[in-house]
Amino acid sequence: MGADTAASLAEIEAYLAAQRDKRLLRFITCGSVDDGKSTLIGRLLYESKLVFDDHLAALERDSARFGTQQGDLDFALLLDGLIAEREQGITIDVAYRFFASEERKYIVADTPGHEQYTRNMVTGASTADAAVVLVDARSGVLTQTRRHAYLLSLIGVPHVAIAVNKMDLVGYAEERFRSIEAECRALAATIGIEDVTVIPLSALRGDNVLERSDAMPWYDGPTLMGYLETVPLDEDRLAGRPFRLPVQWINRPDLDFRGVAGTIAAGTIRPGDRVLVQPSGRETSVERIVTFDGDLEQALTGQSVTLTLADDLDVSRGDLLSALAAPAEVADQFDATLVWMSEAPLIAERRYLFKIGTRTVAGTVTRIKFALNVNTLEHVAATTLDLNGIGSCNVSFEEPIPFDAYRDNRDTGGFIVIDRLTNATVGAGMLQYALRRAHNIHHQHLDIDKRARATAIGQKPCAIWFTGLSGAGKSTIANLLELRLHRLGCKTYLLDGDNIREGLNRDLGFTETDRVENVRRIAEVARLMVDAGLIVLVSLISPFRSEREFARGLFEPGEFAEVYVNAPLEVAEERDPKGLYGKARRGELKRFTGIDSPYEAPVDAEIEVDTSSCDVEAAVDAVLARLRELELLI
Amino acid sequence: MSSNGLHPDHAREAASLTHLERLEAESIQIMREVVAESENPVMLYSIGKDSSAMLHLALKAFHPAKPPFPLLHVDTTWKFREMYAFRDETAARLGLDLIVHVNEEGLAAGVNPITHGSAVHTDVMKTEALRQALDRYRFDVAFGGARRDEEASRAKERVFSFRSAAHRWDPKNQRPELWRLYNTRKSPGESIRVFPLSNWTELDVWQYIYTQQIPIVPLYLARERPVVERDGTLIMVDDERLPLADGETPQMRMVRFRTLGCYPLSGAIESDAANLPAIIREMFLARTSERQGRLIDHDQSGSMERKKQEGYF
Ligand SMILES: Nc1nc2c(ncn2[C@@H]2O[C@H](COP(=O)(O)OP(=O)(O)O)[C@@H](O)[C@H]2O)c(=O)[nH]1
Repeated sequence: MGADTAASLAEIEAYLAAQRDKRLLRFITCGSVDDGKSTLIGRLLYESKLVFDDHLAALERDSARFGTQQGDLDFALLLDGLIAEREQGITIDVAYRFFASEERKYIVADTPGHEQYTRNMVTGASTADAAVVLVDARSGVLTQTRRHAYLLSLIGVPHVAIAVNKMDLVGYAEERFRSIEAECRALAATIGIEDVTVIPLSALRGDNVLERSDAMPWYDGPTLMGYLETVPLDEDRLAGRPFRLPVQWINRPDLDFRGVAGTIAAGTIRPGDRVLVQPSGRETSVERIVTFDGDLEQALTGQSVTLTLADDLDVSRGDLLSALAAPAEVADQFDATLVWMSEAPLIAERRYLFKIGTRTVAGTVTRIKFALNVNTLEHVAATTLDLNGIGSCNVSFEEPIPFDAYRDNRDTGGFIVIDRLTNATVGAGMLQYALRRAHNIHHQHLDIDKRARATAIGQKPCAIWFTGLSGAGKSTIANLLELRLHRLGCKTYLLDGDNIREGLNRDLGFTETDRVENVRRIAEVARLMVDAGLIVLVSLISPFRSEREFARGLFEPGEFAEVYVNAPLEVAEERDPKGLYGKARRGELKRFTGIDSPYEAPVDAEIEVDTSSCDVEAAVDAVLARLRELELLI
Repeated sequence: MSSNGLHPDHAREAASLTHLERLEAESIQIMREVVAESENPVMLYSIGKDSSAMLHLALKAFHPAKPPFPLLHVDTTWKFREMYAFRDETAARLGLDLIVHVNEEGLAAGVNPITHGSAVHTDVMKTEALRQALDRYRFDVAFGGARRDEEASRAKERVFSFRSAAHRWDPKNQRPELWRLYNTRKSPGESIRVFPLSNWTELDVWQYIYTQQIPIVPLYLARERPVVERDGTLIMVDDERLPLADGETPQMRMVRFRTLGCYPLSGAIESDAANLPAIIREMFLARTSERQGRLIDHDQSGSMERKKQEGYF
C-alpha cells in the first residue's frame, strides 16, 4: 500500500471518529405555504453535501418540469415525495430529512403550513428538540405563525428559532426585521415559549443560513446553522430528572434469566440503585444492566437496556420502573390536553384505548372543558372535538397508571388515543395533572373528620374565592373581609396569590401551565384548610375558567363561593398599585394578565362586585350580606 | 462543512449518547415493541448491508435471548453465489431459523431477469413472492431494512406501515406516529411492515457496520471479478446463466458493489476500496447515491412509490 493511500486512510479514520462522536438533534420546520420552507431545507441538505450527484441530476430534470425558478435549481423540489403532492404542488404530510454539520447530525421533520394539518405538525413536533418557524419578511407574523407557535408550545418544544426569510425582498432592511422580531417576542411571551431566537435570512440566497450575511452587518446573532449546532438537546434535560423506565418486554430465554427490557425515559441507572415498580408499588434494586456488549456500570437516558432485578417480583410490560426516591404519580383521572386526529369526532364518554409508554388502557374522555381556537387562542365551549381540534379535557382510565406531567416527560406523560373498532390512531394527548389520586393509593382513613373539627372550632368552614384582574381590588376587599370576620370571632385564613408565590409556589412562572399549577396548588391548600375547619379567603387573579372550576370541584356544595371582583382594565391599569401595568406595557414584564395574557371573566360567580362604582366598605358589606344569604356564613 | 470534519477538541461528553447510540436505541425499542405486541413477526433478510445491520440490532435487542422470530429470504434464485453462502453461514453461526421462499410458479414459468427484464422479474419473483410467503406463514408483522433517506418517497414512510389484506399500501391512510408510541393494532387480514432503520442514513449504516464489526457479504469490497460491460454498466458473470453476446468475454476488473440484488441487475463499480474505511471514503468523495447501481429504479421518478403501492418493499 502506497504512503499516499495510508495517509488518506488515516484521514478517513479520523473523519469517522469525528462522525461517530456527533450527537443527534431532531427539529421540526414549520411555515405557511410559500414562506420558503422547502427552499431552506433543500439548501441545508444541499450545503451539507448529502445531495448526491444523481439526485441532483433528477433535480435538474424536475426543475425544468415542475420548477418555479425558471431554470435555476429549485431546492424545494428536492423534498417532494408523493406523486399526489406534486400534482397539487403542496406538501401534505410529515417527511423526515437527514443532514449533518461539523458538530451534529440532524433529523428534520418537515411539515406543511396548511390549516387542516395541525395533526401533521403535532406529529412532527412530538419528537423534536427544537423548531424552526418560517416567517416571510414581507408579511411578518401571520395567523399561521401564531398557530405554529402555539402548537409548538402545546407539544412542549422547548427551543424555537424564528427564521425571518426572504430578507432579500425587503432590501435586507434592519428596521423591518426589528419590528418582526418584536412581534415574535411578544407572541412567544403570550404563548409561553421560553427560548426564542429570531434570525433574519434568505433561504434562496443563503444569507445567514450557513454563512454570515454581508448584506446584514447589523445582525449579530447566530446563523441558522450556528443555532442548530448549539441549541440544547432535550435528552440532556431529561438526564437530570429522576429515573424512569417503561417496561417494554420481559426477556426470559430460560429459567435462570429474567430481564426487564425497556428504553430509559429519564435519568440514569446503576447496579444497586433502588427502584419502585409502579403501579404495584413494590421496591427492589437493580442487579445488572445486561447488554449484548457486556454488562454496563451505568445506563443513560435514551438507552435501550435490559435490567435484572434483585428480587423476584411480578414485573410485566406496562409497568414503570422509577427511582425509589422520586417515583411517578399514580392516578386514573387526569386533566389532559387532546389533539384530535380523525375525521370521526371525539365523543365524550365513549370508550377508547389509550396508549401511554408501554401500557394500553381503556378509558373515556369524561368532559371536554373547552376547545381551543388555534387562530385566536380563545377558549370556546365544546361538546366534541373535530379533526385537528384541540381541547382541554378530563380523561378517566379504567385502571390507575404511573405518569409524569407531560411538560416534565413526553414519554411518561404523552399518550395516543386508539379507536377500538377501526384500530386507527384518532388522537394524541398530554397529561397535565391528576384530578384525583387513584383509589388504590391508600387514602389514609382518619377518625377525626371535617365535621368533628368544625364542631370543635365552632364554625362552618368554607372557601371564598376572589378572582379578578391585578389591581381590581381583590386583596383590599379580602383583607377587609377577613378583618370583619375576625372581629366576629371567626377562625380565618387569607391565601394571597402574591404571598404564596414567594414560598410554596416560588418555582412557578407565568406561562399558562405554571398559572394552572399555581391555581391548582392554592386550591388544594384551601381545601386542606377548610378540612381543618377554617374560613379561607383566596385572593388570586386565577385567570382561567377551567382552573376555577377545578377549585370549585374540590369542595362540597355550599362550601365554596366565587367572588368576581370586577373592574374594567382601564380602571385597574389606572390604579396600578404595584406599578406592574406600567412595566408590562413597557415590555419589562411578560405574560401579564390583561396585557399579554388572557383573563376569562366568570360567567356564573356567586358574587360580583364592581369596584369602579362603589367603595371598599360598601363592597365588603355587599359580599358579607350575600355570603349570609347563600348560607356560607351563619 | 469541511471535507474531513475533524474536530481536535471535540471531546465526547461521557453522559450523553452519540447519534449512532441514539439511533441504535430507537431501532431496538421498535423491535421490542413489535415482539411485545404482535403474534407472528418475521424479519425480511435480503443479505445486504442494511439487513446485516438490522440483524445485528435484533441480536442486541433481545440479548441474552435469541431474536424471537425467523429470518425470511425471498429468493429470486438470481442472487450472487457469495450472497447465498453468506446467508447460510450467518443463519448457522447465529443459530437462527431461516426460511427461504421462492415463487415456484414463477420459477416453473421460467421468469428470469434476462429475458423478462427487471420489471417483470421483480414483480413476479420479489413482490409476488413476498406476498405468497407472508400469506403462507401467516406473518402479521415483517421487519424490513428500508431507510427514509434512500429515496424521496420514503421520506414520509411511517416506521409502522400498514398493508391491507391484499398487501396494498395506501399512502393516504397511514397512522400518525407520535413520540415513541406506535399503534400496532390491526384489523383481521392486515399486516404491518416495520422499518427499524427508518431514521438511519447510508453513512450511519456503514459507520455502524464499521464500528461494530458486523460481517457483510464480501461483494461490497473491491476485488478482481469477471465482468462484462453493457450500456456502460459492469455486470458480473457470476454463473453460466448469463448469456454472453458474440465476442463478449468476461474481463477481470477490480470492482465492488454498492447494492446487492440479482446479479444480472446489479451494476458493479470500479474501485480499489478493499476495506470499510476505503469504501466510506470513496462513497463520500464520489457522492453518488447508492441506488444508481440498482437498475430497477431507473425509470421516471415516482416509480418507487408505485412499487410500494403494489407491495414491493
Ligand atoms: N427572494 C426569495 N425568495 C425565496 C426565498 N426563500 C424561498 N423563496 C421563494 O419562495 C417560493 C416558495 O418557496 P418554497 O420553498 O417552495 O416554500 P414552502 O411552501 O414554504 O416550502 C419559491 O418561489 C422560492 O424560490 C428567499 O429567501 N428569497
